[in-house]
Amino acid sequence: MTGKRKSGKIRLTILMAAVSLSLLSLTGCHGSKGRAEFEVPKELDESRTFEITFWAKNDTNKTQTEIYQEAVRRFEEYYPNIHVNVRLYTNYGDIYNDVITNIATETTPNVCITYPDHIATYLTGSNTVVPLDSLFEDSRYGLGGKKVAFESVKREEIVPEFLEECTIGENIYAIPFMRSTEACYVNQTYVEKLGYELPDVLTWDFVWEVSEAAMKKDAKGNFVVNGQNVMIPFIYKSTDNMMIQMLRQKDWGYSDESGEIQIFNDQTASLLKTIAEHGKTKAFSTFKISSYPANFLNAGQCIFAVDSTAGATWMGSEAPLMDISADKVVSFKTAVRMVPQFDPEHPQMISQGPSVCVFNKADPQEVLASWLFAQYLLTDDVQIAYSGTEGYVPVTLKARNTQEYQDYLAKEGQDRKEHYDVKIKATKLLLENTQHTFVTPVFNGSASLRDAAGQLIENVVKSVRRKQTVDDKFIDKLYQDVISLYRLDQIGGTTETKKDLGPLPVTAKLLLGTLALVWICIITVSVARVLKNKAKDAKKNAK
Amino acid sequence: MRKKVLAVVLAASMGLLLFAACNSADQNGKESSAESSQSVESSVAESSVAESSVEESSVAESSVEESTEVVEPEVKAMTYAEYAAAEVDDPVVIEAYVQANQSWWDGKLTVYAQDKDGAYFIYNMACASQEDADKLVPGTKIRVTGYKAEWAGEVEIAEDATYEIIAGDTYVAEPVDVTELLGTDALIEKQNQKVAFKGMTVESEALYKWDGSGKEGDDLYFNVSVNGNTYTFTVESYLCGADTEVYKTVKALKKGDVVDLEGFLYWYEGVNPHITAATVK
Repeated sequence: MTGKRKSGKIRLTILMAAVSLSLLSLTGCHGSKGRAEFEVPKELDESRTFEITFWAKNDTNKTQTEIYQEAVRRFEEYYPNIHVNVRLYTNYGDIYNDVITNIATETTPNVCITYPDHIATYLTGSNTVVPLDSLFEDSRYGLGGKKVAFESVKREEIVPEFLEECTIGENIYAIPFMRSTEACYVNQTYVEKLGYELPDVLTWDFVWEVSEAAMKKDAKGNFVVNGQNVMIPFIYKSTDNMMIQMLRQKDWGYSDESGEIQIFNDQTASLLKTIAEHGKTKAFSTFKISSYPANFLNAGQCIFAVDSTAGATWMGSEAPLMDISADKVVSFKTAVRMVPQFDPEHPQMISQGPSVCVFNKADPQEVLASWLFAQYLLTDDVQIAYSGTEGYVPVTLKARNTQEYQDYLAKEGQDRKEHYDVKIKATKLLLENTQHTFVTPVFNGSASLRDAAGQLIENVVKSVRRKQTVDDKFIDKLYQDVISLYRLDQIGGTTETKKDLGPLPVTAKLLLGTLALVWICIITVSVARVLKNKAKDAKKNAK
Repeated sequence: MRKKVLAVVLAASMGLLLFAACNSADQNGKESSAESSQSVESSVAESSVAESSVEESSVAESSVEESTEVVEPEVKAMTYAEYAAAEVDDPVVIEAYVQANQSWWDGKLTVYAQDKDGAYFIYNMACASQEDADKLVPGTKIRVTGYKAEWAGEVEIAEDATYEIIAGDTYVAEPVDVTELLGTDALIEKQNQKVAFKGMTVESEALYKWDGSGKEGDDLYFNVSVNGNTYTFTVESYLCGADTEVYKTVKALKKGDVVDLEGFLYWYEGVNPHITAATVK
């Protein structure tokens, strides 16, 4: 967290990188044979030494870094001939960008933390990412394989929903590593002070209503609820997730597997208009516009802060991680709820979190060594340790069912660090609602669509704050701008945004008409010739 | 006879075809140029959706190309006092002198600017190219049109503001010593200004990123104290990268070192200066 707004550059880098990869894929069509498909070797050659690289991501969290290092150390005890070099990143965007750059020079890492959206772009290259299906099933080195040196996780021990998220088309291209969702961290003290009872499941209507109620000011211009001159009742960190979840909860279109984009329509517009109403009163804002929800929440300047469960250690007036000075922190009761819903009986929330892919190499032995390390990340030691750093959940049932993990959950609130109650509540939120999670379809360009979905909200809120009118005309223009900015018109199957080319021009009609006339003439003459020849032949035969 | 008729029909057809094709190409050319001019308008308008006017954008670009030309401003620029009094999200037009820039990236440039009355942080200002960014050397007077914003306590001109160079006088601010203002309410009045801190004691060695989870080339965070209070200062890598003197000096600081520091009085949930010079005493 702390003070950095470098995401703008990162996002642009991603866009540029994606374009570069698209161009690469085009040039690759001319004469490039690509890498051969990976085939699982019969044996790992233990007489050889392998140097593999692992590009990892931490949440600007030193403990996570230490867990990666410990994982490498333990893995190398099992496989002394495989050396793993870790390169750390603090955001997915940088990894994505660097991978794309390295696809061009065939210097990708061996193992890489990633998102399925990103893999879809990597797959533009030929045999770049190893499909894991055959590795999963391999009786020797696969999941639960008899020749794996450590206690390998079996396929059925991975949470099926999370494994399903790693399937792109017909193949599995990644293994889930950690999972999180979004949570709404609530200042319950203020909700009750405003005269409301906090429901178990928040609805959008409830959140909007309480947020507007919190905007009441006293004669001095301070907000009545907190007595301060700053109050943004509802702040959303990732507006892309906000739009995606709203659409999903409404069962309105976002995209499909084929890359058909479905968001630029009146249904999305109706959501944007509602958001605009509350942006206009400043009851709602976003990270990009105002800063981290946690900072406002902890200062008593926000009531509903939506952020990842993987950011839970920053949330609440007793949070172990804090960006604001102690004198600004206000004491309040923090409640953890799922993101607001349209239909509380059928809640829906996004599933997110890192996965791991294995890049293909010319040497199948090197790929096998990489796979073994990737598989090691599913072991209980890694899963339990890493999930405890934030509100992540282990992706294996095996780790979840260990006594160690159950003890960890049971100690909720016993201290303000490892067992910080808000963090463990956030973890339980996902554990108890895995069946209500979803992911968006993955295709080459889905990462851009996600950015575009968030940009719609950002632009609407920014504009109403600047006293512009958000009406149909504004939204039409916004749609055009966002489609252009994220090059969504270059992604296949955008039926709702297909340009109406109108009637054919007169010249085109003339051209086609002339062509038709020429063909009629040619056919007529040919037929006439055939008939004439036949007549001649008939005459000859008659003679 | 029939062959002749056929030849005439075919020739006439081909002639028509040729005419149609030429005419079509001509029309297509017109359509395509109309389309492209339309798309130019649309992309310019796009950049102005909420932040800036089309005219201002193009004026800014042309004036960058001809930086010697004096531009007659259409709207009177605000004084610093008027800017300071403006509400967040209000439109603002200011004139100030560039003091430093962060690295240019894909049409955006973050600028530290100042006049004799106060300072401005202009976040991700629209700037077409590295070449244009290079023209904004310290001292250059610019006119900036955008919206006022506040992010984590930092008052700034919001993303995508437009600018134009104003030829003529230049001004490079001298750092103001604010050491004694640290920990006081008066410090925020100097926000974004070029400032100096004298005799600061290093409390912790620099970390890559706030918790040490970063690597060489990332921002450096280090704690310094004075008068019994400790503050976190930053070497912002987009302003002073790993190859700069200040980055190397701060990286080598040891606990207990006493240093004089210069930088810009940036804010992130409290004072968090972006340091540009460090001298170990």
